[in-house]
Amino acid sequence: MNQEIIVAILATAITAGTPILYAALGEVLAERAGILNLGVEGIMLVGAVSGFILALHTANPWTGLAVAMLAGGLMALIHALLTVTLKANQVVSGLALTMFGTGLSGYLGKAYVGKPLPVPFKVTPIPVLSDIPVIGPVFFQHDPLVYLSYILVPALWFFVFRTRAGLHLRAVGENPAAADSMGINVFFIRYIYVIIGGMLAGIGGAYLSLHYVPSWMENMTAGRGWIAVALVIFATWNPANALWGAYFFGGLDALGFRLQTLNVMISPYFLKMLPYIFTIVVLILVTKRNITNHIGAPQALGLPYDREER
Amino acid sequence: MKKINFKAVLALTTVLLVALLATGCGGQESKQSEQSKDQQGEEKLKVGFVYIGPVDDAGWTAAHEQGRQYLEEQLPYVDASDYVENVPENPSDAERVITQLVEQGNKIIFTTSFGYMDPTINVAKKYPDVTFLHCSGYRTAENVGAYFGRMYQARYLSGLVAGKATKSNIIGYVAAFPIPEVIRGINGFTLGVRKVNPDAKVKVVWTNTWIDAAAAKDAAVALLDAGADVIAQHQDSPGPQQAAEAVGKLGIGYNSDMSKMAPKAVMTSPVWNWGPYYVDTVKAIKEGTFDSTPKYGSLTYWGGLAEGVVGLAPFGPMVSEDTKQLVEQEKQRIIGGEWDVFTGPIKDQKGEIKIPDGQKMSDQELLEMNWFVEGVEGTIK
Repeated sequence: MNQEIIVAILATAITAGTPILYAALGEVLAERAGILNLGVEGIMLVGAVSGFILALHTANPWTGLAVAMLAGGLMALIHALLTVTLKANQVVSGLALTMFGTGLSGYLGKAYVGKPLPVPFKVTPIPVLSDIPVIGPVFFQHDPLVYLSYILVPALWFFVFRTRAGLHLRAVGENPAAADSMGINVFFIRYIYVIIGGMLAGIGGAYLSLHYVPSWMENMTAGRGWIAVALVIFATWNPANALWGAYFFGGLDALGFRLQTLNVMISPYFLKMLPYIFTIVVLILVTKRNITNHIGAPQALGLPYDREER
Repeated sequence: MKKINFKAVLALTTVLLVALLATGCGGQESKQSEQSKDQQGEEKLKVGFVYIGPVDDAGWTAAHEQGRQYLEEQLPYVDASDYVENVPENPSDAERVITQLVEQGNKIIFTTSFGYMDPTINVAKKYPDVTFLHCSGYRTAENVGAYFGRMYQARYLSGLVAGKATKSNIIGYVAAFPIPEVIRGINGFTLGVRKVNPDAKVKVVWTNTWIDAAAAKDAAVALLDAGADVIAQHQDSPGPQQAAEAVGKLGIGYNSDMSKMAPKAVMTSPVWNWGPYYVDTVKAIKEGTFDSTPKYGSLTYWGGLAEGVVGLAPFGPMVSEDTKQLVEQEKQRIIGGEWDVFTGPIKDQKGEIKIPDGQKMSDQELLEMNWFVEGVEGTIK
């Protein structure tokens, strides 16, 4: 493999990883607050279709993006309502949300299948930076949403691990009772981060319909929401790890196709399986007690919080 | 939690109900017929359709839907208003929907996806006076016909266009699954390419998905990076064509006219046209001349260019007059019937003669095709 091919694979890994990255960042926030949201796939689909419809009608991808975020937030609000206020089982509510989102997006998008989007997010190379050999074409010849994610990842990492609000977020996910007794509003925090998580998943979906393949097709996320959920574990609930994890997962497909063009056959089924294998390995690692204390799942993940049962 | 949380139970039930409505029942719309009698009060012949996708999927199901509408236009005595979209291929759903169509009085039922094959046969056993037609399978019965189209002929024609257009002599082909239907299409296409350009190669990348547009696009990008300057596809999404357009290269779409999605890239698209077949078949059944015996390998009906079941979408402006003439000439040669795409001499990938000079592959051999012709770069796993 020469340098050109490697650059191409890395650049594709970034674009392929970006929708997963946004969804995973959202899921990191929700899970850090103690709420497991398995509705990511459905939220991404609703984000993709609503973003597409609005971008088409307003001829502006940014309005599409805003609406995708709004729709993603609303979808997540359903999950928050069920799991935080009504204390429903988070797994069941999340799965139901995915089914709901799949059906809803198909219904909303019915009249939009096969329509071209004249105003997608376009590739806009960053001046100067994009001229650096290797690094330029890999990192700085993308669309605005990729650049936005470059800023978002360190910002979120800093927020979660270095700010007071981030500490509150983690406290709610680790030990809601203790956080509550410290005067932190557990319910409010959980609502906020589940909703923000949904908005980010909405962006992830809209990235597909507004940039990647600017069009709408039923089920166009094709399982990326599930990969995002797996990626959160793989990234050990850390936004920074989610970045390279997303590029790694995204790059596997790109690598598989490249190898096929070079007549090297690795079964695509095997490549599709890899993200989940890595996730299982990480999952096994983080269940070891001494590691858990540093990088494990939030202690209260998946548990409803009830003040009366404190 | 020690006590049963009624709020939670209530919430879960609500969510599940909503989800069920949205995905299960909401997705399936059965258009009930209001008038099954025409003005003279005569009983109309009811014809039902079972679809795998929504009618506006701009692809496979949309093509069958156009055929259904054509049937209603052409035969005034037909009421084809009962069609069911998004029917899952599992036996219980498919059999339920097909049975329901029979109970609604449909005398002819078209089931338009591979997975409906066994359900169709099963339901047909219970209703011997109803005629069933199943698309793309291989099982028939007294009252069940199997039909398909010779898409490889249209792909051959599109191969001529691609072969004329390529300058790098590398043509990329984004393919879904290594099954005979797809392999036959790749081979037909490649024979067209090599007819006009014996030096050109067709590089194949498998995506293992029909619908994932992003993956299909990535596959096309990989092919473009490997030097391809024309991208053909056996995918339902326009992703590969968009990838070609983004870097100023050309492409051949599939399923429906994809030129809307990538006007600068798409030279033409092999497309389905079921209308004439639906009209002929319904006529034959009404007149009592229909016979479900397999005549084309395991198929009752396997129409191609001659019958108009497959064809090419209008050419883009980048296609030259010369090429158009050549395509027309080859089309007439196939329609004429003495020559077909898979007539020898045809070599396999190793360069060994697989079909001797002048010999035609039988329909059954075509339906079971599992090898690539010379000029294809890729492997069948």
